Amino acid sequence: MKLTLKALLKSPWVFHLSTGSCNNCDIEILDCLTPRFDIERFGMLLAPSIKHADVLLVTGSCNRKSAIRLKRLYEQAPKPCLVVAIGECSLSRGMFIHSYNCPLPLDKIIPVDAYIPGCPPKPEAILAGALKLIQKIKGNL
Amino acid sequence: MLYIVYLIIYGFILTAGLGLIASWIDRKITARIQYRKGPPLLQPLIDIIKLLGKETLIPKGASKTMFILAPVIGFGSVVTVSTLLWANNNNLFSSFLGDIIVVLYLLAIPSLSIMIGGFASGNPLARVGSSREMKLLLGYELPFVLAILVPIIKSGFSLKLAEIIGFQAQNGAVAGYASGILALIVCIFCMQAKLGLVPFDIPEAETEIISGPMVEYSGTGLAIFRLMKNMLLFTLPFFLIVLFLGGLKFNGISILYSVLKYIVLLLIITVIRNTNPRLRIDQAMRFFWGPATVVAVVAVILAVLGK
Repeated sequence: MKLTLKALLKSPWVFHLSTGSCNNCDIEILDCLTPRFDIERFGMLLAPSIKHADVLLVTGSCNRKSAIRLKRLYEQAPKPCLVVAIGECSLSRGMFIHSYNCPLPLDKIIPVDAYIPGCPPKPEAILAGALKLIQKIKGNL
Repeated sequence: MLYIVYLIIYGFILTAGLGLIASWIDRKITARIQYRKGPPLLQPLIDIIKLLGKETLIPKGASKTMFILAPVIGFGSVVTVSTLLWANNNNLFSSFLGDIIVVLYLLAIPSLSIMIGGFASGNPLARVGSSREMKLLLGYELPFVLAILVPIIKSGFSLKLAEIIGFQAQNGAVAGYASGILALIVCIFCMQAKLGLVPFDIPEAETEIISGPMVEYSGTGLAIFRLMKNMLLFTLPFFLIVLFLGGLKFNGISILYSVLKYIVLLLIITVIRNTNPRLRIDQAMRFFWGPATVVAVVAVILAVLGK
């Protein structure tokens, strides 16, 4: 494996994007930063700008307005960039699957590397998902 | 030829290594204060290696040359400053008259490079951050220069760093005098602003103007800026140690004192950073031009009186 990719897996900076979620998943993501879970011990930081980020955490059901922004944001991210879908809404649009406002699930808009189900997923589940993503990139899973 | 070796070994490799360790200590102490576990030892280095491997994006409305050059300018000035400081501290080569003035000017260049990068990126948030950085620079330079007059006056109006260190070797550290300790306190506040840490992280306020001038930087540019800041985290306390605490010595038991001096300064920076909220730009200006300048002037007057 290349040195830079190895380094990326040891310090994935995450950017957190809500595409119209109910804020529950967002609170659970912020819980990962708290002393109890502390994602900084894996080298993860919450990046302030998408230009600094390596992992895009997407929550919410990708409605018509935010899907365009989501795509633009993904194009702005410096590659290599990984995408993680968090919560039932971004996985399959959840209870909004028949809504006029949610035409497509997230993985039809941008490529998704890891799915973390739950409504909302627990911080433990988000951490386990992040570690599984790292294992997947390493080729162990 | 020998100067280039000094520039690479002392100015770059040694300072960068110590700066990265300092950055780790800072993050680890922050984590322990917040009852977290904190990052592993090599984390700052891994961050920089990762950023070097990322794609570098140049925004559409940016001034391309300045956008790419800005981090290099700041980085170059930090390398030069640290070479000068190591040279005077370890008697590598005889420095020139007035090198303290050169160091003062070169220490302003990292802030300037951040400003240039912010304005060149063409992002409105970066422009707000850059203008705040400019105001902050105007604020802290006045008390900083006044406070640095104290060791100059104490060592008999000498403008050479080597003579200031020599004076302190004979007569004890400048911080042992009343004027010296006041000037050191002012300098610690100015150092906090120069490093852009809380409570003076106004230009890079992550929660309001998403990291300010850095917002458009990605990949190599961001890596160089981060390395520059980590090196400043070593270079600025080192400058204060040279001026006020008698420099770093590496023979026998004094190596312990040298490490202790640096760790104490780093600890003060980290504790201030973790126990304060962010100031507004007008509050920061009022602080630097009000109480800080008054204390610095008092320190200069005391120094002239020989206290």
